[in-house]
Amino acid sequence: MNKVVKQIFNPSSLVTVLAVLASFLIGGLLIAFANENVQATAGYLFARPADFLYAVWNAIFGAYDALFRGSIFNYKALDTVGMIKPLTETLTYATPITLAGLGMAVAFRSGLFNIGGTGQIIFGAMGAAWVGFSLDLPAIIHLPVAVLAGILASAFFGGFVGFLKAATGANEVIVTIMMNYIAGLLLFWILTTPLFQAPNATNPISPEIAQSAKYWRFMGDEYRINAAFFVMLAMVATVWWLLNRSSIGFQFRALGHNPNAAKVAGINIGLTYVLVMAVSGALAGLAGTAQVLGAEKYLTPSVAASFGFDAITVALLGRSKPLGVLAAGVLFGALRAGAVIMQANQKVPIDIVLIVQSLVVLFIAAPPLVRFMFRIPDVAKRQAQKNQVAA
Amino acid sequence: MKRSIKTPVGFSVIAALSLWLAVSAPEGTTLFSFNAGKELLAVPDLYIPVAGASWLIFALLLAATAGSWLLALKRKKTPLWLTALFAFAFVQQVLVLLFVGEMFPVTTTLQGSLALAVPLIFGSLAGVLSERVGVVNIAIEGQLLAGAFASAMVTSITHSLTLGLLAAAIAGSLIAGVLAVFSIKYVVDQIIVGVVVNVLVIGLTSFLYSTVMTRDLVALNQPERFAQIDLPFLSQIPIIGPLLFSQTLIVYLMYVAVAAVYIALFKTRWGLRVRAVGEYPKAADTVGIKVYRTRYMSVMLGGALAGIGGAFFTLGAVGSFSKEMTAGAGYIALAALIFGRWNPILATLAALMFGFAQNLQSVLSIIGSDVPSQFLLMLPYALTVVAVAGLVGKVTGPAATGKPYIKS
Repeated sequence: MNKVVKQIFNPSSLVTVLAVLASFLIGGLLIAFANENVQATAGYLFARPADFLYAVWNAIFGAYDALFRGSIFNYKALDTVGMIKPLTETLTYATPITLAGLGMAVAFRSGLFNIGGTGQIIFGAMGAAWVGFSLDLPAIIHLPVAVLAGILASAFFGGFVGFLKAATGANEVIVTIMMNYIAGLLLFWILTTPLFQAPNATNPISPEIAQSAKYWRFMGDEYRINAAFFVMLAMVATVWWLLNRSSIGFQFRALGHNPNAAKVAGINIGLTYVLVMAVSGALAGLAGTAQVLGAEKYLTPSVAASFGFDAITVALLGRSKPLGVLAAGVLFGALRAGAVIMQANQKVPIDIVLIVQSLVVLFIAAPPLVRFMFRIPDVAKRQAQKNQVAA
Repeated sequence: MKRSIKTPVGFSVIAALSLWLAVSAPEGTTLFSFNAGKELLAVPDLYIPVAGASWLIFALLLAATAGSWLLALKRKKTPLWLTALFAFAFVQQVLVLLFVGEMFPVTTTLQGSLALAVPLIFGSLAGVLSERVGVVNIAIEGQLLAGAFASAMVTSITHSLTLGLLAAAIAGSLIAGVLAVFSIKYVVDQIIVGVVVNVLVIGLTSFLYSTVMTRDLVALNQPERFAQIDLPFLSQIPIIGPLLFSQTLIVYLMYVAVAAVYIALFKTRWGLRVRAVGEYPKAADTVGIKVYRTRYMSVMLGGALAGIGGAFFTLGAVGSFSKEMTAGAGYIALAALIFGRWNPILATLAALMFGFAQNLQSVLSIIGSDVPSQFLLMLPYALTVVAVAGLVGKVTGPAATGKPYIKS
């Protein structure tokens, strides 16, 4: 117990918590600023300041209350389904976000910047969808084959970036950014070809995924949550094992710490680049399979949504540790799920999620800024100064 | 020097492709039209026999490929102008084939390409100024978008195009300022800051658009647009007149900006300092150059340029702001910057080429060509991957780009 308390109040966790808090605060201020009642009451602020404060409180409380009802528990719902559906939606969103986030985390830990989550999710989704709607396989193997196809497609797509880096020294940041756009355009094009487009469809959409290739919706059809959630949990454990216990994970981390030292120690740097990017891509690809075989039933051009960016933020917020990524993934999944209700009920545009999310990452990345905002002394620095004086 | 056969191999592949195109070329002619209706002297239209032109171009490409191999055997590099000419000739062959039996409106297509390239050029200039001083600028997209939003709003309210342009510049440089503060003061990884700042700006502008702007679109999102200015005499020169000298103020500003950035970077003391800080900040610091101040200034100046580029979307082209209207232009600008090897003039040429590819796609869809438009849209991104993989010569940025400098 003592250990848990210590962990929470440990300076870096405290900064994380405060960063999230500060972002929500700023988001709240923006919501209030854009609110019509607030603007109206601001007109006679000096005559009746209480009106203004009441309007501000109403705007912020209304929005965050809707966010809570949309993501955790809807106490205003009339039946049980309505009450617990928000939580299942949160976990449905958290599934691809966490999976892709794990992919980014593997790359970050190995010293590589994978900005290509979007493209890798698309490739995973394309591979899985094609097997899902065009092949006719028995139920037991259809889903695994579809998932495998997604993993392979995205692992090749990611691994190619690693190969380019190993063979020519191409900067993976630039390549992955460009690959995102290439993948997006490719997906749009392929959905207009007979190979992928549903017969008789005029818009770019694939045929429906066969029932045998869908992830099992274990809570019934009124919920979108599906077995991909358990795949995600298994992957959290697997990535933890991979990074902390396996010899290949050791090579990954060695590369991340110091490529030159890793080389001297006899690690094949080029091959490791390819492997890291392939694993990273495969995890993002799994996120794509979760979307197309689980939460949705069709492949559409918007399959990757903003999950590529979410994945980067989740990996950073979770400090590239599997459990941290899971926690951050659930948090951002809740934001996504809640924002839908917030937009419908309170007319707060869904874009507020992007704002809060990017603020969280900016604050997390700059602990001195958070310490400055909350006037927290820098313990480590003070200790260092003390030591210096003592010496 | 090490013998490198990447370029000749690349040439050979393209030449083989050209041969295949020549063999399979259909009968017929393609009409190249050069008139946009303003010139004093009309240029006669060109009727080009497809098969003949294809074979001629193939012969030229073959000669260039042979030359490139010879140079490589002598351990010499293929000069950039030869590569450029090679690419130009190949593009002509493809164009003649694509428009067989149709009319290819050369001048109007180029006009459209320039229009699409303007924000890309401003964006890549911002990238040049930022990366030359040692700060990776992934946030060009955000700076463009902020400029577009601010200029639409301010011009709608004040009815002043000048103020709108100024607001765009300020908005762009504020976003660049965020990038600068986080990467210089807080030593956050510059790539992370760039990616996050882009999303922050997308979020902020979309949020403000759907809450504040949409409530009163007439008052807040109906800016005036810059009028087209025909420069006397110059605008009547065939082809280049309507293309270059019958444009809006932002385009003329763009010409000035390209020249100014080039001269400032390579011909002035300030530019030497900027480049010194971007290559070797420690040495620059040692001789008394203020590293941090130089970085802030150059990055924010670039941001102002990108902001003006963003204003082109609202005050130059569309006439109103819409959500995420830059649609990845900032990343194409980044691509142009890399393809242009961090040189303002080469980056401008790359941006023009990317603008051409984008515009060609819409011209092709008008004549009902069955070439999938997505592939032309993909071109900037694919070419950039090719470029950073080192297939068109070595591409390396300033040495200290992306590395924070900590004064000790």
